This record gives sequence, C-alpha cells and structure tokens, in this order.
Amino acid sequence: MTFLKLNSLRKHYGAVAALDGVDLSVAPGSRSAIVGPSGCGKTTLLRLIAGFDVPEAGTILLDGEVVADAQGQVPAHLRNIGIVAQDGCLFPHLTVADNIGFGLKTSREAKQARAAELMEMVGLDNAMLSRKPDQLSGGQQQRVALARALARKPRLMLLDEPFSALDTGLRAATRKSVADVLSAAGITTILVTHDQQEALAFADQLAVMRAGRFAQVGAPRDVYARPVDAATAAFLGEAIVLPATVKAGQAQSPLGLLPVDERDFEGQASILLRPEQISVDRAEGLKANGTVGEVAFGGSTCDTRVTLDGAGAFSFRLDIPNRDMLLKGDRIAISVSGKAHVFR
Amino acid sequence: MSATTDTRVLTAPRYRLPAASSWTLTIAVVVALLALLPLGFVLWAAFATGWDTAVQLIFRERVGDLMVDTILLVLLTIPICTLLSVTLAWLTERTDLPGARLWSWLCVAPLAVPAFVHSYAWVGFWPGIHGLGAGVAISVVAYFPFLYLPVSAAFRMLDPALEDQAASLGLAPFAVFRRVVLPQLRLAICGGTLLIGLHLLAEYGLYAMIRFDTFTTAIIDQFQSTYNGVAAYMLALVLVLCCFVLLGVEAGLRGSRRYARLGSGVARRTRVARLGRWKYPLLILPLVTAAFSLGIPALTLGHWLVAGGAAIWRMDEIGLALGQTLVICLIGGFATTAAAVPIAWLSVRRANRSSRFLEGCYYLASSMPGVVVALALVTVTVRVLLPFYQTLATIVLAYVIMFLPRALVSLRASIAQVPVELEQAAASLGRSPGNALWSTTVRLAAPGAAAGVALSSLGIMNELTATQMLAPNGTRTLAMAFWALSSEIDYAGAAPYAVLMVLFSLPLTWLLHHQSKKIAGR
Repeated sequence: MTFLKLNSLRKHYGAVAALDGVDLSVAPGSRSAIVGPSGCGKTTLLRLIAGFDVPEAGTILLDGEVVADAQGQVPAHLRNIGIVAQDGCLFPHLTVADNIGFGLKTSREAKQARAAELMEMVGLDNAMLSRKPDQLSGGQQQRVALARALARKPRLMLLDEPFSALDTGLRAATRKSVADVLSAAGITTILVTHDQQEALAFADQLAVMRAGRFAQVGAPRDVYARPVDAATAAFLGEAIVLPATVKAGQAQSPLGLLPVDERDFEGQASILLRPEQISVDRAEGLKANGTVGEVAFGGSTCDTRVTLDGAGAFSFRLDIPNRDMLLKGDRIAISVSGKAHVFR
Repeated sequence: MSATTDTRVLTAPRYRLPAASSWTLTIAVVVALLALLPLGFVLWAAFATGWDTAVQLIFRERVGDLMVDTILLVLLTIPICTLLSVTLAWLTERTDLPGARLWSWLCVAPLAVPAFVHSYAWVGFWPGIHGLGAGVAISVVAYFPFLYLPVSAAFRMLDPALEDQAASLGLAPFAVFRRVVLPQLRLAICGGTLLIGLHLLAEYGLYAMIRFDTFTTAIIDQFQSTYNGVAAYMLALVLVLCCFVLLGVEAGLRGSRRYARLGSGVARRTRVARLGRWKYPLLILPLVTAAFSLGIPALTLGHWLVAGGAAIWRMDEIGLALGQTLVICLIGGFATTAAAVPIAWLSVRRANRSSRFLEGCYYLASSMPGVVVALALVTVTVRVLLPFYQTLATIVLAYVIMFLPRALVSLRASIAQVPVELEQAAASLGRSPGNALWSTTVRLAAPGAAAGVALSSLGIMNELTATQMLAPNGTRTLAMAFWALSSEIDYAGAAPYAVLMVLFSLPLTWLLHHQSKKIAGR
C-alpha cells in the first residue's frame, strides 16, 4: 500500500543536479525520514512534494492522484500538504491564534476554538494565543507552526529540519512530542534532517540521500546494521571497516575469524563493525590483541585509538567507558559480539 | 597625528559622565529648541491673537473652501499613489516584466524633477490646465516615487518562505498577496504616504502654477499682499493642525509593533511570478507612468530649449544664480549635517528614552511646512532680532530645521556601523573623549556625513517656498529665478534653470535608489 510515490524526480539548479532521479514509496500513516549532508538535495525534494517548485522530470503521486509530472502540476494551495519549516516560519504580523487559524475557512469563533484545541494538542498554554510570534521561544514557535499545519488536517505532513534551531535538551523532547501528536492524528509524515540520530529515532522508514540520489532506503535498524556502502555506514554512525576474506559465513580479518551476515558470498570484501560490537579486555587473549594509542578524555567515555598487532598495523577509534580507564601503551585483548556486515 | 608622547600625570580629574556625552547632549538640546521654534511660534500666535479674533479668522468661508480642497487633494492623491506604487513595485520586483531594472530606475527618476517643474511642464503641455483634477494628477506623478522606493525595498526584504507557507495552508496566490504580502508592506506604505501627505500640505510652486489654492498658497498670498500677519498666522495654525492630523493617523495605522523577521535562516531568493500572456499588456502601466512623470517634463523642457535657442542661455545671469545656489546649498548642507551630528551620535551610542524623545522633536519640527518655518523666522527676526532679518544665518537655520532628518538618517546608519570599541581603544591610548570621538567614529562615519550633506544640499537646491521668503536681498537661486521667469510667462527663459536643477538632482536620485537596494542587502 503506497500513499505517496515519487518516480525518478529530477531538478537542476544551473549546472548542479539537486535531484538526480529520486524514487520513494511512503506507506499511509507512516513516518519517513530523509537524511543526508547539507546540500544533498533533501530540501529541494521537500519543496517539490509541497508544490513550491516544479520537477523537470518524473512524477509525484499522492494518494493515487498525479500531483506533478512533466505536463503540469497541482499548485501548492490545492494539495493540502502541511509543512513545518526550519525556523517555524510564523507570520510575524499575526497573533498565535491567527497564525493557527490562518488556513481555516470557518467562522472566527470556530477558528478560535480549533486554535485552543490544537494548542492543547501540541502542549502549549492557551494564554499564549494572543501573543505575537516574536514573544515566543524557539521551541514554542515550532509547536505553534506544527499546530498551524495540523489545523487543516493535512493529507501529508512535511517537516523540514524543524528541530535543528532548538538547543540539544529541547530538541529530543520536542521531537518526541511532535512524533506523538502526528501518530495520534494518524498523519503520514516525512521528516528531512541532517542529524542521523534524529532520523533514526523518528522514522519507520529511513532514506539516506547523497548528491541528489537515495543511497539506501529501508527500516532504520536495517540501514544502520546493513548499509550498502562505507559512506552510508559512516554517515549513520561510527563505522569500523576492515578488509577480510569471506568464506562460508565467516570472515578472516585483522580481528580474527568473525561470523558475517552473508552465507553464500565468497572472496575478498570489506566488512563493517559498529563500535558497540567491540569490547576490550586488559589481559592479552587468544584472538586479537592490540595496543592503546592516543586517549582523549571526554567525560563519561574516553575517545581511544586502538592499533591491532600484526601486518598493516590496522587502527580504529573506540569510545571506552571511563571506568575501564586505559592509558597509552596498554596492551589489550579485543573481542567482537554479533555478526559483521559484508559490503558486496 | 605625529608621535604624541603623552606623559600626563596620573592624578587626572574625575568626571561622572564622559565629558563628550554631556557636551553633546547640551548641543543636541539647543538645536532641538531652535528646531521647535516654528511650532512654538504658531502656538504663540494662536495665544496672542485671542479667542474671538481667532474664531473670526478661522471659521470663515475662505478657510472652509481651502479645507475642502486640501482634504480632497490628500484623499484623492494618496490612494492613487499607493495603488500605483504597489503595483509598480510588484511588477518591477516580483515578476518577469521585460526590462524590470530599467523600469525600477525610471520609477525613481521623477524625484530628480522638482515638483514645481512638473507643474510647469504640464502647463506647457496643456496651457489651460487648472484646479483639483490637475493638482491630483501632477501630485501623483511628482510624488509617487516616495512610496515606490520604500515599498520596492520592502518587497525585496520579504521572506518568500512565508508565502510558500501560506500556499501550503491552502491560500490561492491572490489571497497570499492580500493576507501575507500586503500586511508586511504596511510599514513601508505608512511611511511613504505620510511623506507624500506632508509634501501635499507644504508644496507651494506646484499648486500656484496651476492656480489651485491650498493652505500653503493662501498663506503666501496673504503674506505677500498684506504683510499683516494675523490672518496668515491663523491659516498657518490650521495648516499645522492638518499636519498633526496626518502624523496622528499615520502613527495610529502603523501601530507600535515592528514586524521582526523570525528565525535565523538566510532568506531564499524570491521567486519571480511569470506573467505569461500578460507580460506585454502590463508593460503599459510603467510605460504610461514614465510618459507622464518623465516624458512630459522632457518634452516641454526640450521644446522650450529648442524654441528659445541660444538666446535663453544668458550666461551671466545663469552663472550668478548657479554660483549663489551652490554657495547656499553647501553652507546649508554642511550646517544641517553638523547640527545632526550630536543627536545622531546620541541616538546610536546613548540610546534611551530621552535621546529618542529628542530625536522625535527633530522629526516633528521638520514635518512643519516650509511656509510655516519661514513665517515664524520672519516674524521672530522682524520683531525681536532685526539684525538677523533676511540674513544668511536665518535662512540656514530654516534649512537646518527642514532638512535635518535627511542628514540624520545617513549619519545614524554610518555611526551605527562603527564599533564603540574603537572609541574605547582610542580612549585607552590616552585620547580625551572628544578627541577619541573625532579620531575614530567621526572619521569612519565620513561617508555617511557626505551622503547627509548631499541629501540636504539637494533638498535645499529645489526649495522654493522658504527660500523666497527668507533669502537675503539680491539673492537669486536657480529655483527663485525659475519661478520668477515662469511667473512672468517667460517659459523659454525659465527652461535652462529647470534643466540645471534636474541635472544636479540626478545624483540624489541615484543615491536614493542605491540606498534602498543596500538596505535590502543587494
């Protein structure tokens, strides 16, 4: 079942391809996140879906209806797609109540009532309804922007880095409450962000975008554990990529013989381990041993460089909990839990 | 400065306030008091005349007629100007109108033509033109750039994300314009209409040329015929009250709140609306506007220059007028800018309630029509300070009162760009407060001061009303010579003077256009 379908969308700005053939299917009521470094084209994609820009090629289908293709497009105001922008984008000349009621075509009283109802839904005090946007904090502005976008019960909600202007503590809390509100309303949502943690925490479906294309689309856990290439792996979190010889579900690597997630593959390949799969021990062991290099103190953990024994002197960095306090030059044994991922 | 080896002893005198600050404040207050002289004069005149005489002089048919004409002039001109300017600004800033940049220049260029030269050009084109209709038409072409400038600047500064947002909330393009764009243009429209309104009340030459009576023309007639002031004073009182009504209405409409741009993101470049098949039909509007506001002056002046031939270029007279004008303009421009320095510095470096109040006094004083300022200074000099009557000092004071805000705006902007830390660094290197101010802020704000001198000088060049009443005997500026010749129906003889005024005003127009672009960061 597909609610929103994008088929090979293309868009250029001058000689630069902002979107270079993007395909995506979004299930009804789901939460998708598009994540990528800044300048990868994710905001352009959102603007095409919202109807602010026109694709040069490709189609956008919303709920079975073509809203944009090479022939023409449904203008933004007829799409009923809500959008919450990075800075909230509240109308500075209107009060909070008027901002929320802006898109409604009902009587003034009905607008006021709906505004009050939405304020409660996004967790704001009704006393704020008469304020102007510049009298609100950043987090409050974002919630009002969400309420305003929700007021018309949109078919699809687009969130364009809505949490990036907030400070760290507020960000997680706002993200949680926004996700809850949208789930409760059952609205299909697409979040665009450059923050991989935010994307992983928010989405049912994650799309990693790079240079105008989707590098990979899938469930967040799958994409994190089994990325298609080293760049995607590194974008989603710390990645340890090792050369290995794979055979019969096992890989011979600088960390010894490791189980991998491919049964049938055979030959030379790179394999991926996440740092949380690795544990270290002070006593030297049988499997893989190494030496501690530079240690940078970082509060609860220490950013520690580990160099493996043997040819090539392969090294990587780990966050080691402070209680295991290692010092430069310490000898350690390294063990791996779980399977390594093979890049084919 | 050559090597200053400052070896002052450490037991320096102690001040409560930095000495520069208290001196600056004193000067700023004195200048403000001088600037408020005309207003004080009108109040004094009303008081001295006595209730009965005042009622008798104010509530009569003549004043009623003037009132109706003035109100109609304002109520007709301002909406037409607003509609025209907003449409032109939208066309030139937000659409793919062919030649938008050129049209944008041509919409500002009419400012280079003094209002009374516009009038002269129309009379040359349609000799019988007169009355309210003519007054409104000429006022629109002469003054609409005062609205076009701020509105087009505001269009450039609008955040296009807000318009996208409104579209995503289901508003059709025209509704977006009405509910999101227009409200954000409100401040620009308010400021521009106020400026136009004050010009409509204060202008003399434009209306005298087409025999349309306003309070200003009536006051000058009264002043020239009887010289007995009381009737003129009472007309001035009503005129000042009209100005206050305008100021009050504008303040009410503007409200106390400024529209802050929320958020920190960089504004996306605005998208341009495609006019499609309307592209060429819509060209008619800027074309017709330019034809009336620039074509008519150009044609009339060209006609008279050709018809007059070499005979009208009486270089001795023109040279004399030009010389006198330049001297008066430069003295006036420098005096105005110098008078603006203290309040400009205070309003940036010591921004508080009292400096804001003081600044407000200057703006209020400059919104008084030139005829009221002149009437006040004539009366005060004749009655109290006769040696100053019709001297350079008096007329320069009038210019300072009328044009100080022009210098103030430029100075303020450039002083605000000089970090206060430079002044403090100079002080820490042993300069006295005044010296520190001079060697850092004043030096670095010099470009702003130059712009202030230019703006106020060019205002003075085209000033006719107060100059006529206050100029020392034997003075003949370009504007006065132009006016004298065209009043004698020597239209050909007047043409060279008009051409000179336009030529000197062109750089002003360029400066204004440039500043409005700069404000928008382009």
